Amino acid sequence: MGRTPDRHFKYWIVAPAIFLLLLVGLFPLIYTLVVSFQRLTMTEADTSFAGLANYIALFHDRRLWQSILHTAIITVIALPLELVFGLLMAQLFLDHMPGRQVFIALLVLPTIVSPIVAGATWRLLLDNHYGPINQIIGFFAGHPTPLLWTVNPYLVYPAIIFCEIWQWTPFMFLILLAALANVDRSQIEAAEIDGAGYWRIFFRIVLRAIWPVMAVALLIRGLDLVRIFDIIWSLTSGGPGTMTETTSVYTYLQGFDQFETSYTGAIAFLIIVLLTIVVTWAIRRMGLAK
Amino acid sequence: MTAALPAVPMMRRKGVRLALRYLIAVLLVIVFLFPIYWLFMMSFKTPGEIFAYPPVWYPKSLQLKSYIDLFPNGDAATVLNSLILAGASTVIAMILGTMAAYSLVRFKTGGENLAVWIISQRMVPPIAIVFPVFLLYVFFGWVDTYHGLIILYTAFSLPYVIWMMRGYIEDIPLELEESALVDGCSRWRVLWRVVFPMARSGLFATAVFTFIFAWNDFIFALVLTRTEVTTYTVQVTHYFGGQSNFWSKISAMSVLGTLPVFIAVATLQRYLVRGISMGAVKG
Repeated sequence: MGRTPDRHFKYWIVAPAIFLLLLVGLFPLIYTLVVSFQRLTMTEADTSFAGLANYIALFHDRRLWQSILHTAIITVIALPLELVFGLLMAQLFLDHMPGRQVFIALLVLPTIVSPIVAGATWRLLLDNHYGPINQIIGFFAGHPTPLLWTVNPYLVYPAIIFCEIWQWTPFMFLILLAALANVDRSQIEAAEIDGAGYWRIFFRIVLRAIWPVMAVALLIRGLDLVRIFDIIWSLTSGGPGTMTETTSVYTYLQGFDQFETSYTGAIAFLIIVLLTIVVTWAIRRMGLAK
Repeated sequence: MTAALPAVPMMRRKGVRLALRYLIAVLLVIVFLFPIYWLFMMSFKTPGEIFAYPPVWYPKSLQLKSYIDLFPNGDAATVLNSLILAGASTVIAMILGTMAAYSLVRFKTGGENLAVWIISQRMVPPIAIVFPVFLLYVFFGWVDTYHGLIILYTAFSLPYVIWMMRGYIEDIPLELEESALVDGCSRWRVLWRVVFPMARSGLFATAVFTFIFAWNDFIFALVLTRTEVTTYTVQVTHYFGGQSNFWSKISAMSVLGTLPVFIAVATLQRYLVRGISMGAVKG
């Protein structure tokens, strides 16, 4: 082999990946931006320049801002709960116990169930009449409790959050278990000798040591939560009414149900901009930026 | 002898602690597996048992009718579609991603900027991607085709694969590659014969996640398939009705789609656990 092929080798092997990322990553981004300044709908190919009309319409779109609020509610409640439960479970399984691997293997199963199936499963469980959960509650209450989980405005968010927590707490648990196992024991022992209590050691040493991993886990889960779509689709379909419609669901309906092509482009772009701001802020706050 | 005495309550306390941990562990397993149990049992129930009040906690007999119903009209074949799409995109993403990661690690191609740009591609939510991709695919005539979805899944997995494989490739000793080069191997040969085999455990760990991502996808398949390459996740939602849902079909279809992944993960358990923890530590 001569030297010339070698010199281009590093570009040849990275090129296919970059090409695909440009095709499916950057191209759609630019195209969305272009479309959002036009008057396109699926039925009418009106490519005339609309100026900022679509973006101005965004600000008057109450359903859009409500969908952002719904997404924020789910994220803000589910994320800390998953973190705390995951951390408690990781503490439980941190020390060796016989059969530990079997427990871990079983507990991870909810995470690999397709979210669309997870939503459907919880719809089954929470069925007001045929579901087992109302039966169990009724057993403890001493009288039948036909709770309408997916219809009652006060119960529909708990229903979504139960499903979320059930599916993703094991994910947090696995990551945090690995992080806790890597914490330097000698530091903890030294603190114990100094007479530091359990909580003091936990907050001063353990939490500080696992923070980088915890921050990445929060970021991964946070990014998943703000795009939540599947569970909503199969559990509540955004209902009752539009009460649990998240931003992803609303965007989907605008684009593929209302066929508002240009307007959907504007929404998609707004989401990307908002998300970039929030994520950049979060990465800075969590000290992940190098 | 007297010195051993205080050890007895200590031992007992340890025993109580362990018993308590077991109790909580078993309760956790029951809580977390009950939904899966209910889904599986639902698929074996008779229509009478599905709509029984109070609910039947386990079916009297294992009815396979819900499953048999899925085969004649080709509904069950959607699992095969999921398998083809997830399998093909995983293989392609692993090959292209590992090649790119090798270039980033060994030749510092594009520097830190390229690596950051690649990972930033993963932050864009699918709903923002799928809409323009749909318009692009209509233009190309790629809607409802295997290659259309395979390309999309591959591209969507690439940032994750590249990011993960960087860590594994960094761990390969440079001397191995150098000696292969001295022996007259071309760069391509080194890549195939040294880098890929050496990064094998990393490849498996990453591939498990890439596969699960594509397998579980719903939104891309919902928008980009019609009838030919419908995936199982989309098929499940076809049984939801306005007034009543076809629970026997929903549960049987869900089990058909869930079981292959459970089996795959059971076989690749150690890679999965390592993948999750490595992803957080290195990613």
